[in-house]
Amino acid sequence: MSTPTHEMWTARLRSSWQRNLPIEKLLPDDQPAYVASWIYVFGVATIAALGVIIASGIVLAFQGPAWYHTSDIGNFTNSIHFWSVQMFFAFMVIHLWGKFWMAAWRGNRVRTWITGAVAFVVSIATAFTGYLVQTNFDSQWISFEAKDGFNSVGVGAWFTVTNLGQMLLLHVAFLPLILGVLTLVHVLMVRRRGVVPPIDAVPANLEVRK
Amino acid sequence: MSRSSKAKEEFDAAPWQGKTRKYDIIKEGTVALLVVAILTVALSLLLGSPDDTPLTFKGWATTNSDNFYATAVSELAGTSGTATYGPPYNSAADGLNVGPLWLQKWAGVSRPIDTVNDFVIAPLSTQVMSVEIASALATWKAAAQTEQNTWATNYDSAIAKVEGKLSAVPAGNYGPVPALAQGLTDMAKAGGLDAALLSQGGFFQTDNTKQILFFGDGSYLDDAGTAANLQGGTWGMMNETGRYPGQAWLWLYSFWYQIPPFNNEESKPIGANADAYIMVLMGALSLGLILIPLIPGVKTLPMRIPIHRGIWRQYYEENGIKRRKY
Repeated sequence: MSTPTHEMWTARLRSSWQRNLPIEKLLPDDQPAYVASWIYVFGVATIAALGVIIASGIVLAFQGPAWYHTSDIGNFTNSIHFWSVQMFFAFMVIHLWGKFWMAAWRGNRVRTWITGAVAFVVSIATAFTGYLVQTNFDSQWISFEAKDGFNSVGVGAWFTVTNLGQMLLLHVAFLPLILGVLTLVHVLMVRRRGVVPPIDAVPANLEVRK
Repeated sequence: MSRSSKAKEEFDAAPWQGKTRKYDIIKEGTVALLVVAILTVALSLLLGSPDDTPLTFKGWATTNSDNFYATAVSELAGTSGTATYGPPYNSAADGLNVGPLWLQKWAGVSRPIDTVNDFVIAPLSTQVMSVEIASALATWKAAAQTEQNTWATNYDSAIAKVEGKLSAVPAGNYGPVPALAQGLTDMAKAGGLDAALLSQGGFFQTDNTKQILFFGDGSYLDDAGTAANLQGGTWGMMNETGRYPGQAWLWLYSFWYQIPPFNNEESKPIGANADAYIMVLMGALSLGLILIPLIPGVKTLPMRIPIHRGIWRQYYEENGIKRRKY
């Protein structure tokens, strides 16, 4: 006997997606009027900076880690990568503080906060491996100093900061993949739940389902 | 969850029924991307980015030959930082601990390094060498390990006694050690050691661990780090070479290294194991950040400190909502 359509995994996923994240939520053309502060800009600014990081990173990856030392275009591309990382963190930290002071985890949004906070931690790891693969004096220094921290808790047995090959692969493949997935899930959660309402919002503004 | 907090959760999760305004999400994203792209291009054109040339063994052996030579001897004698490090490189020490947790020791020796052979004998053996070096190598290899230790330790102690001033080292039972150290110094000066340490006689190699560790055993790397203001005790973890911003997001990690007991190696157990304690502390704090919505006292801070009144000022004013006490 074949499985009824509504019990199929694909059908379940489709109906769950349609129920929780219809296209109107995914690509809205209006939003609550209280979303008016400049603080709201920093979420999308963080994603924009991530876009510039990935684009410049792809160019650097095609040419190899030592290219930018000897090429003017390479040096310029590396500069774009460097400054977009600086902006990414500045925007993300402001976004994070903003969401903290909004208590943005209210209303079943705990997982949205958690994915964002984990993305912040993964971003630090991704940037750190980037500093290790610069193939310049800075990366020599950082790898020598940082090994002690990782070795001291046993992590250094597998995560070898002095191993350029390992750090390069983690920096350009594994960690960006994790960060990309976390960012996507985070954004989809924001779209699904909507922007958190103001603390002490007027009851009439929020319709509680009976 | 109490009934009132459950009701509050449901209230905050409910669909918005109040005033809305037009919102073009695609336009917002495109404009943000353009603005950030323009800003990064402008900063890149104006300021560039840091890129200090890496140090080399040639540079070390040329500018501070005695220090390189003495470090080579310490590698043979087993007294260098790497030789006495412990896991994951060797079993010479247990490593750091956090109370009863000896994580470094338990993780084991996963990246074995034998400073005698990996740093000195193997690189020297890859070279076309003089009769003197060939003879020194042959003597070293033919000797028993105890004899090798005696030669190297005698010479290492003699160098330490005269504080690294090689010309003041008295004659003694050093075997072929001076010749080996001189051979490695000459090899480094000629520029042959960087690649030999990396390749270890092989072809493909992407692991720079041996080069980095050997560098750290002498004073050359450390001096360069001090000159660039990169030392951990002076917030170096979040600094960058030149006048560029570094990893400022590591400020909290760096902070612990500036205060007692973490910044005092003599202070037991925390200062002596600062790296491990700080790593565990930062792990716990990171977990705390992730789980803020579940931590009593912290999760209600935003309600008690009215920064949200500024964020939603317009909404509160339009609806005449006064601040509520929590």
